[in-house]
This record gives sequence, C-alpha cells and structure tokens, in this order.
Amino acid sequence: MKNILNIEIPDNLNGIGSLEPFQGAFTKLKKGWMEEKTVPPPNKAKMPHSSKLCKTLREAIEKTKPYSGMTVSFHHHLRGGDDIVVNSIRILAELGIKDITLASSSLTSAHDALLPFFKDGTITQVFSSGIRGELGKAIAQGVLPKPFVIHSHGGRVRCVHTGKIKIDLAIIAASAADEEGNATGTHGKSAFGSMGYATIDSWYAKQVVVVTDNIVDYPCVPQSITQNYIDYVVEVNSIGDPTKIAGGSTRITKAPMDLQIARLAANVIEKSGELKEGFSFQVGAGGASLAVAKYIRKIMKKTNTKGSFVLGGVTSVGVDMLNEGLFSSIFDVQSFDAEVSSSLMKNPYHIEIPAGVYANPFNCGCMTNKLDIVVLGALEIDTDFNVNVITGSEGYVRGASGGHSDTASGANLTVVVCPSFRGRIPIVKEKVHTIVTPGESIDVLVTERGICVNPNRPELKQNLIDGGIEVKDIHDLAKEVEGITGKAKPIETTDRIVGIVEYRDGTVIDVIRQVVE
Amino acid sequence: MLYIPGNNPAMLQQGSVYGADGILLDLEDAVALNQKDSARILVSHMLQYISYEGCEVTVRVNHIDTPFGLEDLQQIVPLQPNALRLPKVETVEEITRIIKVIEEIEDKHGLPHDKMKVHVMIETALGVQNVYEIAQYSDRIDAISIGGQDLAADMQLVKSTDGIGIDYARKQIVMAAKACKIDVFDTVYVDTENEEGLREEAEYIKKLGFTGKAIINPRQIEIVNEVFTPTDLEIRKAAKIVKAFERNKAEGIGVFAVDGKMVDAPVVQRALRVLEMADIEVSEL
Amino acid sequence: MVLKVKAQAGSFESSDILIMVEPVAKGTGRTIELKSIVMQQFGDDVLQQINRDLDHYNIDDIRIIVNDKGALPPTISARLETALKRSAQVQAGTLTK
Repeated sequence: MKNILNIEIPDNLNGIGSLEPFQGAFTKLKKGWMEEKTVPPPNKAKMPHSSKLCKTLREAIEKTKPYSGMTVSFHHHLRGGDDIVVNSIRILAELGIKDITLASSSLTSAHDALLPFFKDGTITQVFSSGIRGELGKAIAQGVLPKPFVIHSHGGRVRCVHTGKIKIDLAIIAASAADEEGNATGTHGKSAFGSMGYATIDSWYAKQVVVVTDNIVDYPCVPQSITQNYIDYVVEVNSIGDPTKIAGGSTRITKAPMDLQIARLAANVIEKSGELKEGFSFQVGAGGASLAVAKYIRKIMKKTNTKGSFVLGGVTSVGVDMLNEGLFSSIFDVQSFDAEVSSSLMKNPYHIEIPAGVYANPFNCGCMTNKLDIVVLGALEIDTDFNVNVITGSEGYVRGASGGHSDTASGANLTVVVCPSFRGRIPIVKEKVHTIVTPGESIDVLVTERGICVNPNRPELKQNLIDGGIEVKDIHDLAKEVEGITGKAKPIETTDRIVGIVEYRDGTVIDVIRQVVE
Repeated sequence: MLYIPGNNPAMLQQGSVYGADGILLDLEDAVALNQKDSARILVSHMLQYISYEGCEVTVRVNHIDTPFGLEDLQQIVPLQPNALRLPKVETVEEITRIIKVIEEIEDKHGLPHDKMKVHVMIETALGVQNVYEIAQYSDRIDAISIGGQDLAADMQLVKSTDGIGIDYARKQIVMAAKACKIDVFDTVYVDTENEEGLREEAEYIKKLGFTGKAIINPRQIEIVNEVFTPTDLEIRKAAKIVKAFERNKAEGIGVFAVDGKMVDAPVVQRALRVLEMADIEVSEL
Repeated sequence: MVLKVKAQAGSFESSDILIMVEPVAKGTGRTIELKSIVMQQFGDDVLQQINRDLDHYNIDDIRIIVNDKGALPPTISARLETALKRSAQVQAGTLTK
C-alpha cells in the first residue's frame, strides 16, 4: 500500500510486524486518543535498607539476569563523549548474550565501536532517533538481520508506552547519583544537563541500572531520575570524555554561508508576523540554525520584544537570552553545553522536562504544541517541502530525526535553513531520498539562493513580500540549483528494506532500502 | 564590494550570495605568482557559468606592466564583466595606454567601448598626486579606490592601524572623485576578527565622503552595510525635507524651515541622496 | 594541442579538482583515472565532460589522473584547460614552467 506521500509501504515487515502507512500529520491525533493499547509499567519491591550498590558495571548487568533476545536502552545525553553504551554492550557480548535490540534515544559517532557487535549477531535490531558514522553506513548496507526503526523524540515515548520498545534493561548514565539511584546530569565533572530522554526508560524498563562517575551523599539533588524506579547503582571511573560530553560553550559558527543563511532567516522571522510579544522559540544546535538565535536576539533588543519560553535542545545562546530577560523561561529536554548545565542547576526558570512533556503526540498536549517559531536544518528538501534529516547523499544513515517532525508539526512558523547545494550535491531538489518530516509541517525554506514559502501559507508569503522579502517558487529554486550542479544520479538501492522511518504518531512515513555498493 | 580570490572555486561559486553590492574577482594580489594562469582561466569559466545576478561583478586584473597583465585583459575583456579594476595606476600615460589596449580588444571582438566600466586603484604616492588627471581621463572610469596596504608600503609607513599615514591620500582621492562625480571606495580592513575596528573605520570614511568600502571576508558585509545604510530616523528626516521641498517648490519658495532648521538646495540634495541609498523613490513618498 | 610534459592544475580543496595530465605515445588513446567524492552522483558526468573537452582540444592520446572534490563543471573545465596548456607549454602570463 502507499502512504499519503505516495511512498510504497509493505503491510508487514519481518522483524517489526504490521505497518501502518502515514496518513498526514494530524489524522490520528484528531481522534483525541491513541487507539493502540499501552503497556503498564512494571511493579517492583525492595526491602528497607537493602543496598543497590554494585562494584562494577558487569556485576550490575549480571544481577539483572540478561538473556538473548532482550531489549537494552540508553540515553544519548553524553553525545560524542559517551562510553557507557559501548562498555555495556561489550559486557553483554562477553556474557554471551545475542540477538539484542538496542534502543538508544540516539547514536552518535562515539558508538562506532559497536560495529563488531552489529556484525556478530550480538545486536540484531536498533530503535533510535539517529544513527551516524560507521554504524549508519553499515546499517544502510544491511548489516543487521532485522530492520531498524528511526523514531522522533516524541515518537520514542509513544513507542515505550505501547510496548513497541519493550525495555528489559535500561542503563542510565548520570554525572551525579546517590546510593539509591536518585540521579542528575546537572553537576559533577561529566555534567551534561537535562536527562529528558532518560526518564521514560526509568519508568518503564523492567530493570534499571544507574551508572555514574560521581556518587554523592544521599539524597542526590536535583532528582532528574528518582530512586523508586532504580534497581542498581554503579560507580565507575569514567562515563566518558567530558570534553566531548560538553565541549565548553556552543560556538556560533563563523562559516560565512551559515551566517548569511541565518541572517536571511532572522529577517524572514522578523517579517513573518510571528515574532510578537510573548512568542516561544526553538532552534536546532546546527551551524545555521543556532546562528539564527544570534540575529533574533539582536532583533528582539532592537524592537524591544520579549518572548515567553525557549524550548528543546538548549544552547548557551538560549541561556544568555534568558539571563538578559529576553525570554522568561527555558524548558530543557537536552542541554548542549556546560553553561546550560549550570544554568539548569541554578536558575529556577530553567526547567528540566522529560521527552513526553516535550514532544509525545499522545498525551493532553506536549510543549512543542505551544511553539510559535522553530528553526530547523535539513540534509535535503524536496519541492513539496518534505525534509530528509536522516540519510546522506550516498544513502547512508548519517543524521537524526530528533525533534524535527515533533517541533515542525507543533510550531506556528517552521523555518528550514540549509544551503541550496553543498559541494556539488543539490540540497533543494525534486525528490529527497528519505522523508522524515512531511512538507505540510514546513512553512518556509531559507537558502542562500532564495526563500520559498509553502503554498499552504499564502498569508505568510504576503507578510514576507510586504516586508520587502523576495519569495521564490521552490520549483524554480530546485531548477536553478540543478542548473548549477547538474542532475545528480539517484542513490542506487536494492529492494530490501533495511529500516523504516516512523512518523511521531507511529505510522510509517518512509522506508530505507539497502544501498548498492 | 567583496574581494574573492580568483583561484578559489568554492568562494567564486558562492560570491554573489552574501549580500554584498558588488564582488571583486581578484587575479592580482590574492593569487600566487605561479597560479596566475590557473586563476585567469578559472575566473573566465566562472563568469560564463555562474549567474551573479543582483551583484555587480568587477574583475581586478594585474598591472599591464607585469608579465600577467596583458593576458588578463585578453581573456577577461571579451567577457565584459560590469567593470575592470586596474591596480596601481600612477600616471595619465598609463591609463591612456591601458584603455587603448582594452578598446583594441573590444574592437577585435566587436564589442562597444561604453558597456564595461573601469575602476582605477590608487596605491602609490605618485598615483595620489595624479589622481584627478587620471580619474577625469575617460568617461569609462566610474570609480576610484584607494589601496591602503600598497600605499602605506610605498610611503614607507611603519605598520599602523589608525590610518593616519594614508589620511591625506584618502581625502585627496575623495576630492578627485567628487570633482569627477564618480564613486570612490575605501581600502580593505584586514583584521577580520575586529568588528568594532571595522565599524569605526567605516563610519570614519563614510564621513569623509566615500561611497563604500572594499571587504575581504563575507562576515564584514553586514557591518559595512549597517554603517552605509541610512537609519530609519535619517530616512524619515530626509523624506520630510523632500516632501516639504516639493510642496514649497510648487509655491515658488526656495528656502524654508523644517523642524526649525533652514533647508536650502544643498540640504535637499543630501536628503535625496539618503533616499537613494535607502532605495526609496521620491514618487513613493 | 600537442602535449609535451607532465603537468597539473587545481587542488585538493573542497569544490576544487586536481587534474594531472601526461602525454602518451600516439595511438595509445585516452586513459582517465577518476576519483571523486561525488562518484555515485556525478562520476559519469565528470568523465563525459572531460572527454568532451578533450574532443574540443583534439587530444586523443593522453593519460589523466583526476581527483575531484565536488567541483562544479566550470571548475572542471578550467582546471583541465590549465593543465593541458601547461603540458603543451602554451600557457601565457604566469610564472609556472
């Protein structure tokens, strides 16, 4: 069967089961409830004053009685500095565990060392919002026997609620924790800020291990993770490389192209009619998107406009704007640098939120629904405004769905910023290799060679034109780009589906096929 | 006016997207001596392939008395960029000779003499002394610019950032340009990290009467544009003056007052110039 | 154009292309070794373009080693032209030998 974007989706996929095709961003939400059954969280019991402390990560893992075919989950708040995922999987492999489903909220290039375990049958399936580096290449080549699932940050919470991701063991790294498992990422030498993506795992996993390089006196404050969900606690020498966990302060790019696109985007936002008193705002941490914040800050000061809240993955630019009084609060599901962690610790108006509050479509309203403006990146965008943020120009997986489709569906104004081509590779084109976010959620595209408004937003187009901004038809832009780069040959694939891209509501928006080498 | 090194494909293909009013594709100082052929050929191909729409394209060629200058003209003149920028012009004899060569090439290709403009760069003490005669030599010359680095070297100045040594030259060159009613562009600001220094210098040379400033990094565009773009307040003031002038003109009054200040013809001229820089037509007022 | 010596033009910078040309005996034909970071999408295009340009210069016998960093067509043509002129020693206005 075909989904609403005309992409062929099989009824059934070995290793996943039956698939439901994407029907539009709000078709399922409009009903007001989720039809799929939810699974109950486990109930456990502990005797008073019994100890949860284990001497080694291996001891803790052994105590959880791991078995082949289990699902193990992790969070990705340690980003490029993470050692816990690789160390844990290595221990499981040493214990002879096979056929593991790896459910990490995301995977980065820090996880390249997992490749041997993908090849030897230790890991046979992956659920994640993003996959990069060697792993992304290998899975696109079909290294895993079962198809992987790419979900959004909000979609992951839904997956856990419905038991699609049925976590047997959650291993949660923290930069500070106490003997009972109360844990936080806001302080300690490996501080990484919010633990927004880890909380759902602690609530639903059959067994939960907290790993820290910093045991503090009971009770650990603040409690991002609370003790009533935690089975075991381990202190290790290191949870990863602190310089890569929080690489100092998120620097605004100096790349002239990113800055130019950011400047154009800020102008678009200013003239859109959405930058009004009390607006809420989110930007991605990527080069051009983050730089937009710098220009928005300038405009807010110039026009004396105050916003309400900053949402999402938070950078030091967001913290600066909070401290300057430009916004009244920050809701933080993921913190990108050290300054953000300490702000989260000290500033009562900088609030940690779990992923479900951030972006789960199936509850009584996540915060992305309250977004006025979001600025997002793209690896590719097509003439229907569909965005690819997951597969690169060679067809490998080298990105993350993240909160892209969550925020795009919620925000009043979704701005995509990207260059129109990179090197010789066209970015704005007729057809993208993989759709992650449907075009209906994207309002305006800003590139160095033109600004294009989604035809379903005529009033926005008028506002921009009235503001003196030249608006281009996206088909014309795509043609112009092709005129410069030439027509790129599409990526060659076999018929085998190696992965699926879930939309936030659980339907399948696209499939990823095996790349031909 | 953004300088782009002539042998750098990545920068050449993106030159027009940064919001500069013009780009200067440089075959001269930004290109190594053993890559002059390479840059010349690359710029020739780029000019024919990339649409630099919305951006004035100028090519800076090498001086005619270098081993590269004549070949630059042979290759670039037939492509007729908006303008050619001639470096280190010192005497009327030189400019006479160069324009003769340009026009011979144009004749050979059946091209008109009045389409492509010529910018002269004054970069030596002798050039500063002769600037008016050079600038008024031909109608094709529609801009002069000062090359601060070379001039400082020629004047044997100790390295300094305050620009005191070239201050006289700046003023002399502005005066020559104004006398010929052509544009005049200031030299580059080399410290791309120092945004405040760039802003101060841009403000200073704007006061001297320069039309614009050459820049070497796209990041400098925003600051120079900010300095040279009239503020909302300036535009409102100018619009008020021009409107009052139009009203009074109908009644035959030449001198009048706006907000208690005397307005006469020169004030109106300046107000019109502000509106022109802000891209506002008088008929729109 | 008659090639005389080995020559090269271009660089390994992003969006550039390094082209090395070498004269070979008459009747040997064209050998083009292409490496490109956009091989899958544009490899055939780059080869076609180089062959078209060689036709234009009437060069049938040549060995070319190409390392493409995602250059656009004008850059490819420019670097090839430069390398060929250097090889034929007809380059003008430069200090290159």
